[in-house]
Amino acid sequence: MFGYYLDLALRSLKRNPVLTTLMVLALALGIGATITTLTVLKLLSGDPLPQKSAQLFYPQLDPYPRDQPFSRSGKKLPWLMSYVDAMNLLHARKAERQAVMAMSQVKVTPQAQDGKPFYADGVLTTSDFFPMFDAPFQYGAGWASSDDESRAQVVVIAGFLNDKLFGGANSVGRTIHIDDHDFRIIGVLRSWAPQPRFYAVHLGGRDYGKGEAVFMPLQGARADGMTPNTVMSYGSEHTDMQHLETAQSIWLGLWVQLSSADEAPAYKLFLGNYAQQQVALGRFQLSRVALWDLMSWLRNEQVVPDDVRLQAGLALGFLLICVVNTVGLLLAKCLRRSREIGVRRALGASRGAIFAQFMVEAGIVGLAGGVLGLCFAELGLWGIRHQPAQYASLAHLDLSMFLFTFVVALVSSLLAGLLPAWRACVVAPAPQLKAA
Amino acid sequence: MTVHPILAALRRHKAGVSLIVLQIALTLAIVCNAVFIIGQRIERLNRPTGIDESNLIKISQAWVGAPSGDDAASIEKLDALQRTDLDTLRSLPDVKEVAASESLPLSGIIWSSDISLSPEDKGLTAQSAYYYGDEHLRSTLGLHLIAGRDFNAGDILHHTIRSTDVSPVIIVAKPVADKLFPQGDALGKTVYLDGKKPSTIVGIVEQLQTPTTASWGNPFAYNSVLLPVRLDGTSASYAIRTRPGREQAVMHEARKALLAVNPMRIMPDAWGIQSFSDIRAKAYRADRGMAILMGTVCLILLGVTAAGIVGLTSFWVGQRHRQIGVRRALGARRIDILHYFQIENLMIAGIGVVLGVLLAVGLNLWLMAHYEMARIPLFYMTAAVLAMLALGQAAVFVPARRASNVPPVVATRAA
Repeated sequence: MFGYYLDLALRSLKRNPVLTTLMVLALALGIGATITTLTVLKLLSGDPLPQKSAQLFYPQLDPYPRDQPFSRSGKKLPWLMSYVDAMNLLHARKAERQAVMAMSQVKVTPQAQDGKPFYADGVLTTSDFFPMFDAPFQYGAGWASSDDESRAQVVVIAGFLNDKLFGGANSVGRTIHIDDHDFRIIGVLRSWAPQPRFYAVHLGGRDYGKGEAVFMPLQGARADGMTPNTVMSYGSEHTDMQHLETAQSIWLGLWVQLSSADEAPAYKLFLGNYAQQQVALGRFQLSRVALWDLMSWLRNEQVVPDDVRLQAGLALGFLLICVVNTVGLLLAKCLRRSREIGVRRALGASRGAIFAQFMVEAGIVGLAGGVLGLCFAELGLWGIRHQPAQYASLAHLDLSMFLFTFVVALVSSLLAGLLPAWRACVVAPAPQLKAA
Repeated sequence: MTVHPILAALRRHKAGVSLIVLQIALTLAIVCNAVFIIGQRIERLNRPTGIDESNLIKISQAWVGAPSGDDAASIEKLDALQRTDLDTLRSLPDVKEVAASESLPLSGIIWSSDISLSPEDKGLTAQSAYYYGDEHLRSTLGLHLIAGRDFNAGDILHHTIRSTDVSPVIIVAKPVADKLFPQGDALGKTVYLDGKKPSTIVGIVEQLQTPTTASWGNPFAYNSVLLPVRLDGTSASYAIRTRPGREQAVMHEARKALLAVNPMRIMPDAWGIQSFSDIRAKAYRADRGMAILMGTVCLILLGVTAAGIVGLTSFWVGQRHRQIGVRRALGARRIDILHYFQIENLMIAGIGVVLGVLLAVGLNLWLMAHYEMARIPLFYMTAAVLAMLALGQAAVFVPARRASNVPPVVATRAA
């Protein structure tokens, strides 16, 4: 029976090529736009560390004076931490793992004779950074916590920097010239770049893209004069970039790993106690604290650009209009065929059979729209890859979105076919035959 | 012509009519909001910077192995490096003027702080962006001095960004002067930068946008202050005014000349030497992209909706072939048939736009709650409504004319 419906549907579609093209094209445009924007949205709002995100938490304290709050509304807590607080929490070791971090622009000078110096993104952090974020090593390993305290001049470099400077060879033990100081390479990462880069939010790093090039022990890098990208001052003193460690400035992010989300209340209690202690010491005026799990933090800070969400909304609206349009055109077509339906009904076709026939026709339109929509989506993503955005190079259609395209296409076309098919199957055969 | 028969006919096509109404309403809601967003982006793109943007180049570079700038001697060395560069650039052909210039509008590099009337940072303050530069800065950027004087060579200090020295003289942009001195007597008055030492306003420039286009900079988008300071550091930036049409040549020559003086510097193609038109294009690339994308989607949407109207009306015309013939036989003129379909469409589109305006307002309110969005002005709504009605009329014209061409003799034939 299905084959027969297919044949009928194809004949009917061929009979009005303009109308058919219009339906398929409209559906394909809607689907193409939707898939393109949803792919980007999924890419940007995805879980950067799926296996770990439930265990990672971002604490916040508020060292700002009561009458000069961090945000104008006074509701938001400061994004970053001062050195003193970050180090106190780090050394308290109340979590399984903990690391503080800052982003920095560093000057890298290749050892080669004619090597041109260049700027690279760097992370100044502490030893737990690599195990906590599951950063995979190709060669060597990260540094120990003793290296943090001894200000060891060691560095972990990203795979792409290793490829650029050493042709991908094992460079552990070699030196690299950063900001006019020599650093010994102790580890080379495999390609690793969580998207979005949750730990760089508010630190002046990039939210998306290929990742940072060098990772250095914070204290050692600071001793060599490297400065964080973002510094905010909460005191009246002029911030001296050389003495950030003692300044009334926030410039560090602290991430902690708890054994499970159940530990979060206990850690928050510890934070609260710490803040109250600081109030008692006169360092803080406010004792409020916050503790975010990774995904809530990303949502709350709205890392996904507004424009991307607007585009996705626009595309969904577009698809909705295209579906309504297809319903209208299918309806027009099917009502015009009342006589044909009357004949088929008179010859013994059941209502179900008529309904099925029209749904098959709608399904074909949907599949054709889906295939063409996929082409449009690929075209759209190609366009996005040529945009200047940080995430541009990541925009690719993955298998799940590929399948999703066809689900969207079929569901939307079958929905669009529902009304016309129902109208078709309730056509009474007698009047149609009489009129003929 | 009475409306009654049209209504009677429409009642028999409830499904089709409601689909067109729905489509027109949705299209109106989305297109109206999208066009409003496009309008806002274009408004942003067209904001003036206050500087003369043609024939202007910015050079940003960093020295490798330069002194740290921690002590007086190394600051002098850094300053010497910078002055050598400035002299080198000044000696190039086709260069009209060169200034030490830490930042430019749209370049994104911003130093900002509060300027106040009293030393404790209390009372009236104006958040402002600092433009550090030497005595050539104002004239190189082509800023219009509306009161007072320019900086002279004697005013120019040089120190690092970390220094707590405050320059005794400053030039402010008019919005800063107006905010702090609403009576318009800012010239010669004393203000406090960062709530510290006093500075005297010696000049007022008409307009100068701050270097950032980010939304957090909107509250003080034109609050700019010129500081007579050559900033010393391991990196330095320069602004160059070239002779008309010689930008590309100067960019090429400047790279060669600077590398000849000192090859140990970072000056990448991406941001080392840029013409101001490049800076402008980069600053607004995302806005332009969004406007183009939304515009394209709107056009396609309108096309789809028009096609839908054509499709359904054609079907109705086909279905009423015989009725039209009967009406023609009974004396209706062609123009009557044409008007019938046009009025029918006007009524359907009328219901659609009423619904659409409600949807558009709802969508706008939702966007205002979730994004940075203003209320859609009445003008946009009116324009969108008229455009949708016109679109409906245009789309219905072809099938309606086909209907009017139905000959009366059809009435006598069997259906």
